[in-house]
Amino acid sequence: MPTAYVEVYEEEFERLEQALRRLRYDSNAKAVFLIDKNGQQIAAVGDVEEFDTTSLASLTAGNVAATDGLAKLIGEREFSVLFHEGQRDHIHISIVARRAILLVIFDERSSLGLVRLRVKRASAEMDEIFEDMNRKENRGPGGQVETSPFSEITDEDIDSLFGD
Amino acid sequence: MTFINYAAKEINCKIVYYGPGLGGKTTNLQHIYNKTAPDRRGKMISLATEADRTLFFDFLPLDLGSIRGFTTRFHLYTVPGQVFYDASRKLILKGVDGVVFVADSQTDRMEANVESIRNLELNLQDHGFDLLDIPYALQFNKRDLPNIMPVDEMYRMLNYKREPTFAGIAPQGVGVFETLKSVAKQILVELRKK
Repeated sequence: MPTAYVEVYEEEFERLEQALRRLRYDSNAKAVFLIDKNGQQIAAVGDVEEFDTTSLASLTAGNVAATDGLAKLIGEREFSVLFHEGQRDHIHISIVARRAILLVIFDERSSLGLVRLRVKRASAEMDEIFEDMNRKENRGPGGQVETSPFSEITDEDIDSLFGD
Repeated sequence: MTFINYAAKEINCKIVYYGPGLGGKTTNLQHIYNKTAPDRRGKMISLATEADRTLFFDFLPLDLGSIRGFTTRFHLYTVPGQVFYDASRKLILKGVDGVVFVADSQTDRMEANVESIRNLELNLQDHGFDLLDIPYALQFNKRDLPNIMPVDEMYRMLNYKREPTFAGIAPQGVGVFETLKSVAKQILVELRKK
């Protein structure tokens, strides 16, 4: 079985959010999202309440997955950047650390060139954070193997979710 | 791939509805959407053709409340059932935590059911999963139609590993939540073993 869990701990979450905030500020973007390749939102900054963020994450992951499929069909490893141009708002999508998707939504207050430049810088920073996350995932949050908070889930806990 | 965010205290899991074309996967999701309180569900997205056939996927996020202080969300996806959409089906299985197989009970669809389970098995293998290990539930849908195969015969033909199996009439909601609950519980039990 492949690794079945992606885990984000407080420290890395804050570092990621900080990197996103800086990217948003530097690129003059409306909103910036970090999304897991399977379609789960990891973090978001900016005017996020304007958007249905859950759907955005899922459709972005679908878009990236379909484009990856296209790349493989023509013998490319991946298309590392996607850009969708609208009349008012535009979307810049790129892959970070091979496992996450960076989505930047911007309008005429910014430009594709600026977004590309700032994304490149932010990606390098996020690569490092993801590397630290990988190390932690292998060791547990305290730098040593810890018991999962979920090991004590009872049947009652599960049943209560469904109102049984 | 269960996504656990310790900072936001969230668990997100992915369930994929699989099965042959026109078997009722989208109808299962529609019923869940219609019967879930608006504050517990997100928007349902259907990427469908003009003739309302699933083109890429349907997506429905559900918020089931919290478990051990963690908000528990399930993201439900359907795959396009038509045979020639195999590349899309494979993509949607990426990072799956549990699968619901929606089988069509009509006798003349048995071959399509068998073929689709085989396809599921292979596509899971491509992602490094084994159908024998993954949380899995089976639904015999369309029990209200004429020309259907008896449940015990379908069970012998389609049940893969003694997975929980439910009779369903998706447009009326029969068996829909039972199937969902079954696979969701299996996923959470897996989480406990983590």
